[in-house]
Amino acid sequence: MNPQEVLERTDRLRRQLGIDFRDQMVTSLFEQSHQIAARTVRRRGEGGWDLDQRIDRLVTSPVFGLPLMLMLLAAIFWLTIVGANYPSQLIAWLLFAIEEHAAGLFEGWGAPWWVTGLLWHGIWRGLAWVVSVMLPPMAIFFPIFTILEDLGYLPRVAFNLDWLFRKAGAHGKQALSMAMGFGCNAAGVISTRVIDSPRERLIAILTNNFVPCNGRFPTLIMLGTIFVGAAFPPALASLAAAGSVVGVVLIGAGFTFLVSWLLARTLLKGEASAFTLELPPYRRPSILRILYTSLIDRTVFVLFRAMMTAAPAGALIWILGNIEAGGASLADHAARFLDPLGRAVGLDGVILLAYVIAIPANEIVVPTMLMVYTGSGMMTEAASFDQLRAVLVDQHGWTLVTAVCLMLFSLLHNPCGTTILTIWKETRSAKWTAVGALMPLAIAFLVTFAVAGLARLSQ
Amino acid sequence: MGSEDSRGTSCAKCPAASRLSQIGLQAADYSYLVALTGNPNTGKSSIFNALTGLRQHVGNWPGKTVTRAEGGFSFDGIHYRLVDLPGTYSLLSASEDEEIARNFILFGRPDCTVVVMDATALERNLNLALQVLEITDKVVLCVNLMDEADRKGIEVDVRALARELGVPAVPTVARTRQGLHELVHTIAGVCRGEIVTKPRRLPVDSGLERAVAELVPLIESVAPGLPNARWVAYRLLDGDHRVRQALLSGELARLEESQASPVQRANRLISLEGTQ
Repeated sequence: MNPQEVLERTDRLRRQLGIDFRDQMVTSLFEQSHQIAARTVRRRGEGGWDLDQRIDRLVTSPVFGLPLMLMLLAAIFWLTIVGANYPSQLIAWLLFAIEEHAAGLFEGWGAPWWVTGLLWHGIWRGLAWVVSVMLPPMAIFFPIFTILEDLGYLPRVAFNLDWLFRKAGAHGKQALSMAMGFGCNAAGVISTRVIDSPRERLIAILTNNFVPCNGRFPTLIMLGTIFVGAAFPPALASLAAAGSVVGVVLIGAGFTFLVSWLLARTLLKGEASAFTLELPPYRRPSILRILYTSLIDRTVFVLFRAMMTAAPAGALIWILGNIEAGGASLADHAARFLDPLGRAVGLDGVILLAYVIAIPANEIVVPTMLMVYTGSGMMTEAASFDQLRAVLVDQHGWTLVTAVCLMLFSLLHNPCGTTILTIWKETRSAKWTAVGALMPLAIAFLVTFAVAGLARLSQ
Repeated sequence: MGSEDSRGTSCAKCPAASRLSQIGLQAADYSYLVALTGNPNTGKSSIFNALTGLRQHVGNWPGKTVTRAEGGFSFDGIHYRLVDLPGTYSLLSASEDEEIARNFILFGRPDCTVVVMDATALERNLNLALQVLEITDKVVLCVNLMDEADRKGIEVDVRALARELGVPAVPTVARTRQGLHELVHTIAGVCRGEIVTKPRRLPVDSGLERAVAELVPLIESVAPGLPNARWVAYRLLDGDHRVRQALLSGELARLEESQASPVQRANRLISLEGTQ
């Protein structure tokens, strides 16, 4: 007998049975479970449930749920911004001091200029920027995020956002993959596996990029601090900065819903499917494990990955900045070439060049930008945000429009190399990988072009 | 097969540390394969971590483990390979995580399948346990989160549960490692065939039973060596598209080998990166 014949026999048997097999199976399952549970489980009174339920009624309430979530988000960013500022300056000051002294030593030993340059002003400086810009915010953001995860808050977020996703024709569990995206978009793309329907899963994969990942937060935080925060009195500066980051995240969420909605009506037509989501009991987070998970697994891992890309990128930038052709460095040529396009979208050629170099990992955008701006010149004193602001505004003509466009571009542009690779691994489709990479890029250019245009018109 | 219940050994006499050792990822050579399954968010990953010494990311939300994570432990000098499967509520539908879980239980031929259950929601967890018992005899129930149940005033009679389902059941609190030694002891007993199980099967009507009885030998002739033709017969009668395809293409007979698939490699990468 061959397989085809077995299937034919099966079909005949099924017709003979004339029953809904699944109904019988499921009914039988539930009856049995109920009976066994009745014989093995006993309840002592009704204690213990009240607190969990009371909290749930508040955090998943139609009225307070969303505002509470936003306040929590704002508080996390505020803590991150306030807490990271000083350590960032300290680390930058220390690492750049090392660069200066080491370069001095090398010169004293008579090392060729290009060895000193490549090693200390290239590779070391790239690493120093990444570590000082990224480490403190991550060391604060990740533990707080892990606490929320451990407590059991994430499924409540999914619950609160479900109706929005439903309206967009997407899956409510997309909120979970979005939450993972805050840490790393590649991880966010993998976590879409909890979504059963392939159509909705693809929507979640393609839009995960609109959640700013940890590699992009430092850019947003820096811009929020030196452009938005600085426009307010000092007492309110950090609040305003946190508010601007929350604003960017909300814009990202807006684009997630908008693009999901568009996809669900065009390329990926279909209705939102129903699903059950368990709201787990609140559990007391275990502090040691949180520290381990967030600091070793996440912070050190992400930082290490960033450093692995920053070191060669630092070398590349130094080479581009120090090899001259026709009286200007290669970096200048490249930046000048990209400048018209950059200006059109409210940025400039250097920023676009930084984004091209930073395709492998978004973390190095700001360091790359600063290194190209300052070229081969020494910049050991840009440790504080005030001095950073001076470099950007006074020497390179940045305005509030530049900052806003850069924040938007950073939020919307193409995912990093790792994420693109992950999209390919998960979809095994060149078409959807291309959509996942190019659609956000097109959106980023369109949006920043519109914002820059509006800004020009209103002047 | 011996019928001696090796759980009789008291733990006061057997120092756990000297007999149980975590061997993390270095479990290339192993004697027994053990699968961890269960509803989402019942603490499978915590049990996995506690036994292997690995640090698979643990979080309080359902659906966190989306791939298989693998590690190993050694007990009484015997190496065990432990596979942490994605949490699922059932094995009947066809989402990717359920597919991974059920394919492994069915075709990966684990020597023991541990069903991790949430003591605070036993009835719902029983749905999955009963489905696993349809697929394999070699099952250990791990009734986890006993501390939470206690706090909520829920008492689970674990002995009665074992009696009802015909397989051993062990109460645990993964977070504090409570009950883990007995769990490992029981797993070892089931793997070695020292603990004989008589799993409860779902009662079905006689027409269906006859249909299954007719199909089983046919399936076995087409896919020799298939560990559970009875379950495949159920799936075929239910019109499960994937199982039909697998039978037609001959994949069903080969699935055993394909368990060393790219999924496993990707997932190793993820567990090392820890960003899951």
